[in-house]
Parts: sequence; structure tokens; C-alpha cells
Amino acid sequence: MGGTAGGAERKTIAIAGVEMEYFERGEGKPLLYLHGGGGLGPDAAFLDPLARGRRVISPSHPGFGASALPDWIDSVEDLAHIYLEFMDRLGLAKIDMIGCSLGGWIANEIATKTPERVRRLALVAPAGVKTGPPDKLDIPDMFTLPPDKLQSLLFHDAETFAPRPAAMSDEALRTMARNRETLALLVWEPYLHNPKLPHRLHRLNMPALFIRGASDGLISGAYIERYAKLIPGARIVTIPGAGHMPQIEQPAALAKTILDFLDA
Amino acid sequence: MRAWHFSETAYPYLPPEDSYESIRVTLPNRNYDPKVGAALYDRYLDEWCIAEDEGLDIMLNEHHQTATCVDPAAPLMLAALARVTKKSRLLILGNPVANRRQPVRIAEEMAMIDILSKGRLEVGFVRGVPYEVSPANSNPVRMNERMYEAIDLIARAWTSHDGPVSWEGRFFHHRNINIWPRPWQQPHPPIWISTTSPGGARQVGQRGWVQATFLTGYEGTRAIYDAYRKGWREAGLAGDAPMNRLAYAALVYCGETEAKARAGAEKLLWYITANKVPAQFQYPPGYMPPAAMAAVMRGTALDQHAAHRGNATVDKAIDAGIMIAGTPDQCYRQIKKLYDYVGGFGHLLNMGQAGFLEHDDAVHGIRMFAREVYPRLKADFPDMAASGNYDGKMVA
Repeated sequence: MGGTAGGAERKTIAIAGVEMEYFERGEGKPLLYLHGGGGLGPDAAFLDPLARGRRVISPSHPGFGASALPDWIDSVEDLAHIYLEFMDRLGLAKIDMIGCSLGGWIANEIATKTPERVRRLALVAPAGVKTGPPDKLDIPDMFTLPPDKLQSLLFHDAETFAPRPAAMSDEALRTMARNRETLALLVWEPYLHNPKLPHRLHRLNMPALFIRGASDGLISGAYIERYAKLIPGARIVTIPGAGHMPQIEQPAALAKTILDFLDA
Repeated sequence: MRAWHFSETAYPYLPPEDSYESIRVTLPNRNYDPKVGAALYDRYLDEWCIAEDEGLDIMLNEHHQTATCVDPAAPLMLAALARVTKKSRLLILGNPVANRRQPVRIAEEMAMIDILSKGRLEVGFVRGVPYEVSPANSNPVRMNERMYEAIDLIARAWTSHDGPVSWEGRFFHHRNINIWPRPWQQPHPPIWISTTSPGGARQVGQRGWVQATFLTGYEGTRAIYDAYRKGWREAGLAGDAPMNRLAYAALVYCGETEAKARAGAEKLLWYITANKVPAQFQYPPGYMPPAAMAAVMRGTALDQHAAHRGNATVDKAIDAGIMIAGTPDQCYRQIKKLYDYVGGFGHLLNMGQAGFLEHDDAVHGIRMFAREVYPRLKADFPDMAASGNYDGKMVA
């Protein structure tokens, strides 16, 4: 199946019986982009610059966008295994990988299983580990925060960038609701982390870059510092004027930061 | 018809409503005075015992981290009731099975109560309300699937008597299931399910369990019972679904005079008006299908509680079919009107105490209902009659 969204071509593929959609833009060395908990959304402004001289592949995870969700999938590790096969089927022997938030967690699960197939790894506000004391959530509970409070944690400038349900189509709202449902399914408990992941991250031997929006109210600076220490040689860059999703609030700055890293 | 006395065992002595965000989930328990709470437990237990003396059966339920229902472990309350009562049926409605990690433990608890009560237990199961997925830390996605698997596993635990059996399902895994005690009732206590949606009722009908529905009024209740009957027929169960498969829960207050009835009924409305819960607790992701959630996000859907708050006067609540209130004759006529409209039901679950309805008034309502209304219901509405006969015609 074909189609385009922005400058991207929409394709579908069945992985382990799961009908998935993915988008491709550009040609060159493969770059796998793993979206965050909100789905692919309006990421074109960020992805298009990356596609100059690269083949950018951005799938919708199972249960997000138009990708199916079979009843056996219920964990981020399940998604990592889906993507290992996805890489095989697309013939992606070695890739660069970008993961945002949930996608950063998936990227780390993939990379710990097959570090030799990941050339460089960019993690934007990744979840996935527990770094602080047991009597406090590392990441505020996005499922029980009042909506206004959640938006203020997610965005540097919520007034400009927060979604407005009243202005959205029914289909877009249904997709948003379904994305959120799948997110809850995957990250509810343990909340946004895999207790095993910290004991596997030492296997990552590729250059890794953590990126965080300076105003991110979900993923704190301290969390990222502790997370980065688990990956040998990982660096941290902060993007000003952005919250949890610099790909939406500062797409050009984020694209440049990542291109500098990938081209280094 | 059977009637059941029900109280949510609320703790109503709270600070002004505008001083807190939610009566559930986040209201600090420093607002709970243990001595006051202990006296309330004594009082509510006494009222259940009085209901028994008056010939009613007993129903209780379970909620968590809320002032609206301070019974977070209903089996404990039921165990106490099993010892202090002698003849009433004891209905727990219900065990929030999708929120509990060990269905086998539930099977054990229920078997214990069935033994303690010498076979008077009726076991209700509920999925669990949306605001309690956080208190239970329970994943709000796939709750129905978990609920049905848990019930199947519990039934297996109740009905296996020849040594250990095992279970390896989608959600639950047990290597050794061999519960002691086993239930008094054979093959197991009656199973009830509560739902407020036709989709859920159809599944319950297919299994032939008792279908209870809460405050769903004229239209909602009829749709739910129709769906139940549809499921019943689809599963090829014998005949038409009898009345005793269907239960309806309403706020019920019967007074000797109209003025007394009105005063008691006003106090029962607390159950509706005091339920201040913000949206983020009412709509956890996955609790309802994406299309329904989209309507909520757009602000076009009205949840059941909001709808009820719009009916928070005695007259409106009676008109909506969520309250039965008045003199004995008025109560009878309201019940008959509802009964006829929805195609009948075999159990009336009386929320006969709520909020600030104090002991003497609660007891007055229980006694007036039991002595002046209940005998007529038992005489006029037989348990084994076929349900579904409304407006003079059987439902196809």
C-alpha cells in the first residue's frame, strides 16, 4: 500500500501478524525514528531536514496511528522484538536510531538486544529506567494529572503547542484516544520503566546522545543525568525553548543537534 | 421479588466541597476520624441487622480510597455479617476482579464466607470503577478480558474437589489450586455481575448469571435487560430469562407520611451530589473505547454521574427512575411503573442509606419499606416469571 504524508511515502507491512504502517522519506543511510507516546503526529517539520541525504523510516508502533494491536502485545519489550523483525524485513543491517520518550525506551530495548546493528543512538527525553528512590515517582503520573497541569509539564509554550480537541476531527480524536490507551497498556506498571533495562544498557557500545527540552516537566534533568550514566560514554544536550517534545516545539534546533551528532 | 438493603457505608463528615479537588482518590485521610469511623461501622452493621429482622436481604459493595464508601475490603465486612446474621442472603456486589491480582484468593475468601454463613452468600463481580484503577494500580486497558478470565478461574477453584488443578491463562497463572474450605453451596454460590452498558449485559446473559444495574433509569435499564435477554437466547439457555436473573439498584426511601418520605429522600441524594470527581480520574485511558473517549475529549459526552447530578432533586430522580421515594403506596406505584417499563426484574437493590441519613431515619425507611411495600412486591412480582414483557408485548 502506498500514499504520502507531507514529503513521506506511507507503506504497510505485516510483522509477526501485526499490520503496521510506516513512512519513508529520503534516500541514503537508514535512520529509524521511533515516536513517543502521542504517536507520529506532526513530526514532518523535524523529520524532513533529517531526510536530506538519509533514508528516514518512521513506523507507527503497534496500537498507535493506523497500526494494529494484537491481544498478545502488552509491553515495550514486545515492541522491541517487533522492530528487530522489522529491521530484518526491510534489510536494515545497521541503522542510526532516534527515539523520543516512549520511543527512546524502545530504542534502548532494541539496542541492548542487538548493539552491533545500531551505529548511533539519539534519545530525546527517553523513558525506560527507574533512577530515584522508591517512595517517589521518577516521572509525574501523566495518567492522573489534571489536563491543564499535564500540558504545562509537556510543553514550554502550551498555549501555542498543546492540542485543542475542540478543533480536531473525530478521526484525529479517536486516534489520540487510542494512542493514549496503547501507551497506558505498555507503560502502566512498572510506570514508564523496565527494571531489567539498567542491567542491560552497559552493552551499548555505540555513540549515544541524550537530548532534553529545558522546560520538560516530565523527564527531569536529574533523571537524564542518572540515565546517561548507564550508557558508556553517553553525552547530554539541552534544547532551550522546548518541553517534553522538542520535535514539536523546536524542530529545527532538534534536527540540527541530531544531524551534528549523526555526522560527527 | 426480593429486596436487599444496601448502604455504601459513606463517611460524610467532610470539609466544604470547594476545599477539596475530589472526594475520591486524592482526599487526604486526615479527614477521617477513626473514632467516628468506628461508630459508623457499628451503626451500618446494626442497620443491616435490622434489615434482616425486617425480612430483607443484605447487600454491600467495595470501593477504594474514597469517603463515599469506606469499605475497601468488602469480604471483611461480609465475614462480620455472616456471623451476626442468621437468615438473610448476603450479596457482595461486588468483588472488583479486574483490579485484584489473585483470583484464587477471592475464591478462598468467598468460600470462607459461604461456610461462615452456611450457604447464604451471593457472589457479585464487577470490573471496577474508573477512578479506582489508580488506587489499585490496575492497568485500565483490557479490564473486561481480565475480569472474565478471573471469574472463570474462580469458578474452577470453587468446583474442583479432587486435589490440585492448575491455570495458565492470558492474565493469570497458578500451578496449584486446591482451596480449603470449598463453598457450602454446590456447585458454587450464585454469581452476579453489575454493568451499566448493554454490551456488557449481553455477555452476562450468555452466561446466565444475575445481571444487576445501578441507577440506569427507564431507558438505560430496558436496553440493558434487552441485551441480557438477547445474550441468554444466543447461548441457548432454557426458556426466557426469568425475573430472578435481573436486579435493579435505586435510591429507596419509604416514609410513613409524604413529608417524612421527602425529608429522607432529600438526604439520600447525597450519593449523587457529593460525588465530586475530576475528569482525569473518571476517564482513564482504555476504560472506554476510543470513539467514546473522543466524545469525552470533545466535551460532548455526559458521564452517568454528571447526568445524575442534573437529576439531583427528589422529583427529577423519581422521574428518571433512579429513586423510589414516598409513602408506601407511592413507592409501590413507582416500582410497578419502572418494572412494567423495563420488562420486569426480580431483585430490588435498595440504597436505603446514604450520606447524612441518620440511623433513626434510615431505620424508619427500612421498616416502612419492609412492612408496607415489600409484601405487595413479593405477591405481585413472582421470581420465576419470564422477563421482557413490557408495554403488553413480549420482546422478540
